[in-house]
Amino acid sequence: MLPTRIAAASPSRPLRLVAALTLALGLQGVALASPASDIAELKKALAAMKSDYDKRIGALETQLHDTQAQLAKAQAANAAPPVAAASAPAPLVAEAPAPAPVAAVDTGAVAPTGEASGGATAFNPQISLILSGTYAHTSQDPGQARITGFALPPGAGIGAGTRGFSLAESELALAANIDPWLAGNINLSITGDDTISAEEAFITTTALPDGLVLKAGRFFSGVGYLNSQHSHTWDFVDNPIAYQAMLGTQYADDGVQLHWLAPTDQYMEFGLEAGRGRGFPGDDSSRNAAGMTAFTFHTGGDIGDSISWRGGLSLLQASASAQTLTEDAYGQLDATALFNGRTRVIVADGVMKWAPNGNATHTYFKLQGEYLQSRRSGTLTEIADGPLALHQVQSGGYVQGVYQFMPMWRVGLRTERLDPGSTNWALAPGLSDNFHPTKNSLMVDFSESEFARIRLQYAQDRTRQGFIDNQWLLQYQTALGAHGAHAY
Amino acid sequence: MTTSFNTRALAALALSAAFTLPAHAAVKVLACEPEWGALTQELGGDLVDVGVATTAMQDPHQVQAKPSLISRARNADMVVCTGAELEIGWLPVLLQQSGNPKLQPGQPGNFAAADFVRKLDVPKQVDRSQGDVHPDGNPHIQTDPRNIALVANALGARLAQVDPAHAAQYKQRLDAFTAKWQADMARWAKQAAPLRGVAVAAHHKAYAYMEDWLGLTEVAVLEPKPGVEPSASHLQEVLETLKTRPAKMVIYSAYQDPKPDEWLSERAHIPAVKLAFTVGGTDGAKDLAGLFDDTVTRLVGALK
Repeated sequence: MLPTRIAAASPSRPLRLVAALTLALGLQGVALASPASDIAELKKALAAMKSDYDKRIGALETQLHDTQAQLAKAQAANAAPPVAAASAPAPLVAEAPAPAPVAAVDTGAVAPTGEASGGATAFNPQISLILSGTYAHTSQDPGQARITGFALPPGAGIGAGTRGFSLAESELALAANIDPWLAGNINLSITGDDTISAEEAFITTTALPDGLVLKAGRFFSGVGYLNSQHSHTWDFVDNPIAYQAMLGTQYADDGVQLHWLAPTDQYMEFGLEAGRGRGFPGDDSSRNAAGMTAFTFHTGGDIGDSISWRGGLSLLQASASAQTLTEDAYGQLDATALFNGRTRVIVADGVMKWAPNGNATHTYFKLQGEYLQSRRSGTLTEIADGPLALHQVQSGGYVQGVYQFMPMWRVGLRTERLDPGSTNWALAPGLSDNFHPTKNSLMVDFSESEFARIRLQYAQDRTRQGFIDNQWLLQYQTALGAHGAHAY
Repeated sequence: MTTSFNTRALAALALSAAFTLPAHAAVKVLACEPEWGALTQELGGDLVDVGVATTAMQDPHQVQAKPSLISRARNADMVVCTGAELEIGWLPVLLQQSGNPKLQPGQPGNFAAADFVRKLDVPKQVDRSQGDVHPDGNPHIQTDPRNIALVANALGARLAQVDPAHAAQYKQRLDAFTAKWQADMARWAKQAAPLRGVAVAAHHKAYAYMEDWLGLTEVAVLEPKPGVEPSASHLQEVLETLKTRPAKMVIYSAYQDPKPDEWLSERAHIPAVKLAFTVGGTDGAKDLAGLFDDTVTRLVGALK
């Protein structure tokens, strides 16, 4: 490493000598305490090292010169011949270089532009950073946010967040190929309250045959449509209440995921996941078996040039033992109980995008909806009472449309509804049986460029029985660094 | 008994192979843009089965990794794209989700045309304050037929590498294409002679290579920064610029909204010229040669 760097930075002889001397002096300093024979040996070793390095540096220099010469040659040969005069026939193809070298593994850019590689930095991963901030004005205290009828673990991320100005999630993403068979990716999330977490950190295969892709590490589950998408790609400031109530806002787990894409013209993707079950509806209890398993299926295609679509059906199953759940008890202290058992969440999702001729630069329309059903079965232990059997079916979903009516400007409408379902969860006295949490959101956003967006969202949130929360949210979202590529 | 069964099975297998081979032997190519689809078709003929990811009515930078494209990438033997970050917003995701090792960067099945030409507008300094600049240079290389010739050479060789059984045929087709293309280029050069030194305004910096080829001078760009839509105030500035440095025409691509160009055309009293930009962009641009025939005809026509 050292000789390479010296050779690249300054191949001058004096500098190298100085470096060698410094090294020798430093070593001698250490050696002073040793017997004379040791010093002699050390000197010999150093001399050998120096001559070895000199040879290698020399070889590298020659290589560098050769490469430069080759590059210059290639540049000269490749430069499209100048347009001599319009009257003269255009340059002949015969003058063009012979077919550029296509080695079995060609080294990417056979760059006729002569871009020199950036040495060590050429291997730096792609880095991108999302910066985002919010101003929230709400008529109810976000600290009191509840989804009536839905028991959640303490600290579940529901509601409109922090009132007033707040730093939203900053996201640092690094990605690169690891070797010819693997790629790696990490998304670090830095939240406004100064916690850093690995939102996703996984390795994924790039060379498995037959449409197979294996992922290992921490990742967003592939269930549904929104679940695998990072918050900066959402069309609304917050995620749907159905996700908040049934998937712990967004389900991520530590585990493995296998995707298989069928060899058909129709897009058909199957996914299998196994994880520890670290988040709700799992509870991260200690066990060797998988605490979460999921199956996903998605299909999609085009309708003419203007419409594309994707639909899917997924099932996620998570286990819990002694999971603390808290439920809103109208006008009283929240009711708390411990849950042992299994939760299955079924997600049906669909998205359709329309743009005239498939050109979304000017106008486009995006319609998306998801339906979630959560089936919880097991036993429930109230703090005072013994365990009782619990079989609970809850559901909910949203439908939203986003319309770009002119370049840079979009409007969106989202309507949501939850059904607490039939429940023998008899913890919450005073609540009417047929209360359905609902929420309607309206947003307008302006993207000054591909990399910056400002969004205003108004929502009427009726997720807690007896309260209406009028929420005004103003948000900026920016992306800097490597140009991101987003999934459909 | 066993022998006869085996023989029958073998015969059936041979028969089915004989029937299926011709249909499945074609190299499946997914071209990112119509021009590379057309070029692959010219160089591959019956040996290739070409699908094109985008149409001339779409901005190749703004496409999404939609399901239909993922399944096409899944089943392809090769992708032929522009590169130079033109497809940066969707191709990496597409390749990653395709689960197709043949198409990954560095593999013979991953062909980026821009690797084989000299690029223009390579920024000295890369900063997003300059808009959506491409660090590798202007990616719209297909507007100069000399680039097409360079890419054809590289693509012909690459097809032969991916499908070595038919290397001789690819060579033959490349030679035939090259001979015809040289004649075409000579014709266009002659036809386009009056365009030398003509000043133009452009909607997007999409024609740097064409301007270099024909000797056109670009005096103004309607987009204030690459990829940023023309604003009213910037158009006003362009109009002012044209008073001191008059242009003969304003050019835009088929997929772009012509309103800013029409606005300028009306006020600066110069024609707004719609160019195909790629194969299929106009009725005349049916194939690669048609693309340049049509482009040169429209440009020369605007001089009158």
